[in-house]
Amino acid sequence: MSDETVKNGAGRDGSGHDGSGAVEAGVGRSNKPAEILLRIRGLKIEGRSGETWSEIVKGVDLDLHKGEVLGLIGESGAGKSTIGLAAMGFARDGCRISGGSVEFDGLDLVKAGVRKRRRLRGSRIAYVAQSAAAAFNPAHKLIDQYTETPVQHGIAGRAESERDAIELYRRLRLPNPEEIGFRYPHQVSGGQLQRAMTAMAMACRPDLIIFDEPTTALDVTTQIEVLAAIRDIVQQFDTAAIYITHDLAVVAQMADRIMVLRYGKLVEEAPTRTMLSAPKKDYTKSLWAVRSFHAEERPRPAGETPVLAVEHVTAAYGKTRVLHDVSFEIHRQRTVAVVGESGSGKSTTARVITGLLPPLEGRILYKGKPLPPKFSDRSKEQLKTIQMIYQMADTAMNPKQPVREIIGRPLKFYLGMNGRQREERIRELLSLIELEPKDFIDRLPGELSGGQKQRICIARALAAEPSVIICDEVTSALDQLVAEGILKLLDRLQGELGLAYMFITHDLATVKAIADEVVVMLQGKVVESGPKSEMFTPPHHAYTELLLSSVPEMDPDWLDELLAARARGEAGGKIEAADN
Amino acid sequence: MEAALKLLRSAPATAIFGVTVIVTYVLVAIFAHWLAPYGETQIVGAEYLPWSDQYLLGTDNLGRDMLSRLIFGARNTVGIAFLTTCLAFLLGGLTGLLAATLRGWVDQLFSRAIDVLMAIPALIFALLILTVVGTSIPALVCVIAVLESTRVYRLARAVAMNIVVMDFVEVARLRGEGLAWIIRREILPNALPPLVAEFGLRFCFVFLFISALSFLGLGIQPPTADWGSMVRENATLITFGDITPLLPAAAIALLTVGVNFVVDWFLHKTSGLKT
Repeated sequence: MSDETVKNGAGRDGSGHDGSGAVEAGVGRSNKPAEILLRIRGLKIEGRSGETWSEIVKGVDLDLHKGEVLGLIGESGAGKSTIGLAAMGFARDGCRISGGSVEFDGLDLVKAGVRKRRRLRGSRIAYVAQSAAAAFNPAHKLIDQYTETPVQHGIAGRAESERDAIELYRRLRLPNPEEIGFRYPHQVSGGQLQRAMTAMAMACRPDLIIFDEPTTALDVTTQIEVLAAIRDIVQQFDTAAIYITHDLAVVAQMADRIMVLRYGKLVEEAPTRTMLSAPKKDYTKSLWAVRSFHAEERPRPAGETPVLAVEHVTAAYGKTRVLHDVSFEIHRQRTVAVVGESGSGKSTTARVITGLLPPLEGRILYKGKPLPPKFSDRSKEQLKTIQMIYQMADTAMNPKQPVREIIGRPLKFYLGMNGRQREERIRELLSLIELEPKDFIDRLPGELSGGQKQRICIARALAAEPSVIICDEVTSALDQLVAEGILKLLDRLQGELGLAYMFITHDLATVKAIADEVVVMLQGKVVESGPKSEMFTPPHHAYTELLLSSVPEMDPDWLDELLAARARGEAGGKIEAADN
Repeated sequence: MEAALKLLRSAPATAIFGVTVIVTYVLVAIFAHWLAPYGETQIVGAEYLPWSDQYLLGTDNLGRDMLSRLIFGARNTVGIAFLTTCLAFLLGGLTGLLAATLRGWVDQLFSRAIDVLMAIPALIFALLILTVVGTSIPALVCVIAVLESTRVYRLARAVAMNIVVMDFVEVARLRGEGLAWIIRREILPNALPPLVAEFGLRFCFVFLFISALSFLGLGIQPPTADWGSMVRENATLITFGDITPLLPAAAIALLTVGVNFVVDWFLHKTSGLKT
């Protein structure tokens, strides 16, 4: 490990001297010699909206020492990613760096020419994007994309960097390191792709890597693998890193120091442990408290006909079976959380219930009576009782319709409301979802924030006066504070209106917060189900155990302990099983 | 009205030029009777008279006033082109949206039929049909509309395909909405910007197509004034160094350029392109 560092250090010295101007190099060295790798001072970035420029990063200072991992956290729109990119001297389309300096090893990237910056990128500063699937070129093999950068920068020849790639794949614990590089991006799983992306960023042994939400798009069970791999490799090569995320528990595992950002400004900065145990600012405290929302579990009513029952449902897309004998019940005023990783059949179950995908076998019962399998055969009355709320509120609303029409349509369609009566009901519904009617009734979806959009979708579902609402990952696209607001709202509405929820999610924190009953799905089958209190107390089904233990906790030692525990063989075999 | 003026003020110079050209053409077409010094088919003097104070642009091969014919031509050519484009959009747009929304065999049927139509070169196909059914204006309009609607169908279907998969369309389906409502309220408003832009471009092509047919003698028939046939009838003058027969062609070119400028501007506004 240490000899690697020395070797790379020597290589860097050679490349560091040639380009940087004498003046700029002098500035970098005068204060803290060789210690600080990246120094950002008074960074200001503007973004264009229409014809005007508005500031999105408002004077941020940042110091990053060699070999240090800095966590940047904040809600969406806080400027995390923008700062991350600015650390490479880059601004996205429609953005510009309007002030301040970004000194990387003595060279001011804001003032440096395009050529100098280009020489640094990829070789000394690397970037790992949120969606590896979108960042890889689907037309080339992984290893060809890996070798591109070292060859381009003249650091290594093709054959040499291919050997190097295999070595890195091995260190990142990718299966079949010798062969995996010769696959195309679509032939490997999301978690593997994210690790291959990290390997690619490591190709030139950079001094600094910027990780932009690298695990956000992954399932919890895969997330662990990627987190552990990233942390190991960063430590092994003593690379400095900026880790951008909105997930506090993740950043707690990864970072040495945390910076909390809001509205493009620094809120608070402290070493990880201090930050977690004693946050100073109110905003930070509120972020920390997010996961504390917890609805009381309601007792299961005895002898009552369930509002909705899924009975032995088997379904398929074409010839691929995606659901095998799925059964569960939802009672009035209760929430059933359906949990599982992507591809486990959660959303397909919802499609069967709504009638979009008629099942091959089995049936859906509403209050004891079977529903027609296809939605087009159901009556208005039947359609009205099951409403759906989607993950992406953006695409779930017609961008050309104002709020009045979005909420008003079900009122007219199902309940025949018109004129003043409808107008009043729309306003009532808006108040119910805690939005001021007169401010929101004429807005278009484009003029709403993420959380507000999701609220409007809830109002639209409520307008139909349903008895069951299917919530498909309704909070996963939202910031934690906003998501908590939505969960509280849903919980309140359930209490007031006696709704039954089917809550599809992969986030166990959400399950803990809102569920009465939990259904765990894996590969189209229900592996375990029962009341929340039972599900969260051992003994568990092996897969539930894996799922539960994979949820990051706000404890900086959590990942170490978990990995140590798994290494001892307690859950080792199960990870393998899940990865396949 | 105020909003339209405001919009126009923010428009680039090219778009203002385009709008001016289009408005002028429309006004000329509407007020042709008052603007033209002589009648459309009225023979006023000798053949091929040069430009003079009495006949500003001279006379044509039969001794009719060129300027008057040019003005009336605006009404005939532009009017027919506009009508044809509307018809093409009605036909192609509707079938395209239907195919995208219904998918399955409806989509297959429409798409393959359109493929067959597109496989035959448009001009030759039009010549063939018009020779068979005769060259009346309704036949002309219908044939060109059907031919042009293939392109509109392709675009409408492609645009609608991207919208149909959106969750809000699923919401509407699950609500139990009928086909007409889904197409009219959910899909059409979101598909409109590219279709409107296409309308401008299609109009130009239809316009050129009619002129080409008229030039070949199968378009708008004499004695109706039409820019395409005016070029053909007076083509011999070019050999004597007189540019008069090129004026109708220039009128066509100017309108095409103007419409394209406006379409460009519209596309920029709706797609949010900045550069």
